[in-house]
Amino acid sequence: MAFNFKEVMNKPERLAPGHRMCAGCGGTIVARTVLRALKPEDKAVIGNATGCMEVSTFMYPYTAWEDSYMHNAFENAGATLSGIETAYNALKKKGKVTENYKFITFGGDGGTYDIGFQSLSGAMERNHDMVYVCYDNGAYMNTGIQRSSATPMYADTTTTPVGSQSVGKMQNRKDLASIIASHDVPYVAQSTLLGTMKDLYEKAEKAIYTPGAAFLNVMAPCPRGWRYDTPDIMKICKLAVETCYWPLFEVVEGKWILNYEPKKKLPIEDFLRPQGRFAHLFKPGNEELLAQYQAEVDRRWEDLLFKCSR
Amino acid sequence: MSIRERMSGNEAVAYAIKQINPDVMPAFPITPSTEIPQMVSTFIANGEIDTEFIPVESEHSSMSATMGASAAGARALTATSSCGLAYMWELLYVAASDRLPLVLALVNRALTGPININCDHSDSMSARDAGWIQIYAENNQEAYDNFIQSFRISEHPDVMLPFMACQDGFITSHAVENIELIETDKVKAFVGDYNPENYLLNAEMPMAVGPYATSPFYMETKMNQRLAMKNAKKVILDVAAEFEKISGRKYGFFEEYKLDDAEIAIVIMGSAAGTTKDAIDALRAKGIKAGLLKIRVFRPFPGEEIAEALKNVKAVAILDRAESFSACGGPVGSEVKAAMFDTGVNVKAVNYFYGIGGRDYTVESATSVFEDLMKIADGSMEPENFKYVGLRK
Repeated sequence: MAFNFKEVMNKPERLAPGHRMCAGCGGTIVARTVLRALKPEDKAVIGNATGCMEVSTFMYPYTAWEDSYMHNAFENAGATLSGIETAYNALKKKGKVTENYKFITFGGDGGTYDIGFQSLSGAMERNHDMVYVCYDNGAYMNTGIQRSSATPMYADTTTTPVGSQSVGKMQNRKDLASIIASHDVPYVAQSTLLGTMKDLYEKAEKAIYTPGAAFLNVMAPCPRGWRYDTPDIMKICKLAVETCYWPLFEVVEGKWILNYEPKKKLPIEDFLRPQGRFAHLFKPGNEELLAQYQAEVDRRWEDLLFKCSR
Repeated sequence: MSIRERMSGNEAVAYAIKQINPDVMPAFPITPSTEIPQMVSTFIANGEIDTEFIPVESEHSSMSATMGASAAGARALTATSSCGLAYMWELLYVAASDRLPLVLALVNRALTGPININCDHSDSMSARDAGWIQIYAENNQEAYDNFIQSFRISEHPDVMLPFMACQDGFITSHAVENIELIETDKVKAFVGDYNPENYLLNAEMPMAVGPYATSPFYMETKMNQRLAMKNAKKVILDVAAEFEKISGRKYGFFEEYKLDDAEIAIVIMGSAAGTTKDAIDALRAKGIKAGLLKIRVFRPFPGEEIAEALKNVKAVAILDRAESFSACGGPVGSEVKAAMFDTGVNVKAVNYFYGIGGRDYTVESATSVFEDLMKIADGSMEPENFKYVGLRK
């Protein structure tokens, strides 16, 4: 079905307003967009790793989730949802549940790349019919901007603070989408917040309606942790894509597909400059760090082009 | 007619699972509980039950998936031992506060380290404050009988708490004994169908589980868990009374063996009770009034009832198969003594550690404890705070 922005935006909200997420939070936009990809007649159970999204949307006695929802702990969203999905299969077989249910879980990069990695890996390998959505804001934002394995190189975080002897995080970010693709699941995609959200919406729709396990890795800027001007979120996301820092791709049944190739690849500085967490890279004497950064972005981009050319 | 069989404790629990035919079982192998998920997988592979088995990648995930399945509206269970239970630790608390009526077949094993695969109660004792019902079996028959009763207690609307059905690793889990099984149709009728009031897959009424609760709400959650645990006392006895009707076997919070007129008594839990009974029989033959109180239900703790049952003895030994490293005593010892203090029962009491990491507990071990008790009772020996049974010299 062709993407119709008006139609999509007129679908009922499944994450109700009144939650306590920050204004301009990327994660919230991810959740709302993904949920819109559900057919209105389909029921859903939403899972959630501990994090900003959980503590801000389900503060007793209020919930912002229109669908059934379960938060268990920080590190086990994958396993928890696999239990729910299996229960659905069992109860459907016994005729105790008759409606169609879909299973979607949201986790930040902390709950997904790091502490919840084993639980996610197990759920993906077992190929439960579920979608795991990582809203990747590149640090443990809920506890106050500590580095994660998703944090980009040289980012200034509260556990990799920039100082006289430090230029921020020394390691590159883990390429989680690629790791999950290596689990041989039917569908993996990387996306972010762009224009009408067509890219994310369509990937969410495919993820939800592809039988078996699916993983969406969605870059979701955090104005607090990234320190950019909050209304600029869409600009930041576009720059991430145009610099090839955050490429858009899918892995469908093992086949890598590049969704977008910039006509003119922008220098990585364009993505880094508006963000306070990288301000130190623009001080005189740090030109070499920027050159290294560019080289790493280029290396990863070439690797992706190679994967997608096969 | 009930079925006479020979089975190990693990087989007995697996057989109970087969008869109950629960909806979902996630599990991860760990000695000595591994046979339970293996046997259930075989029942499934042979089409004997239609339980959905999830071969998870860790115990952390087996508990997480069991919780998800239970919240979704399924009758769900898992099995583990020792480090497996420890790996679930955070979730044990969450399962209790989420009021999920799920069952864990725990085959007790020492909690590392050094690494040891043999029986003691350090795994379940470490989880005693997690908000779970804990019931312990002396033998294979009790492991089977307790398991059949587990879902009825856990799922009761006045309870809605997770249930740990404990048996001693290897001693009962792997030893084959005679057992009397109940016919499957009777078991099914007794356990009944599971139709929860609230569940995730209820299309009429969505449900949200696992909120963030701030200080103005959190404490009431804990108070309600305590109330549920209190309610469980009545439900455990009601279910036991009903179970007696289909099995002829009587269960309560604890078993008293020759305790009525006893002057000296041992309080113990699990398989060592059988050994202690043999020692008592031999002492009774010599005219020594020895008795036993075997705790079956540790959570909720039947403190008043235990103190009442012990009030007429002259000296009591409380035997712990787990350390708590308070340097004052073990978990069962501390709770029994506290219960006696609360109820004004002033009996000389001594706390022993025995069977740690599978150390043998023999009839001679029990007899040596009774010999100490005789001296304490006649005043020729002062009760020590705690002692060891069978410690290498």
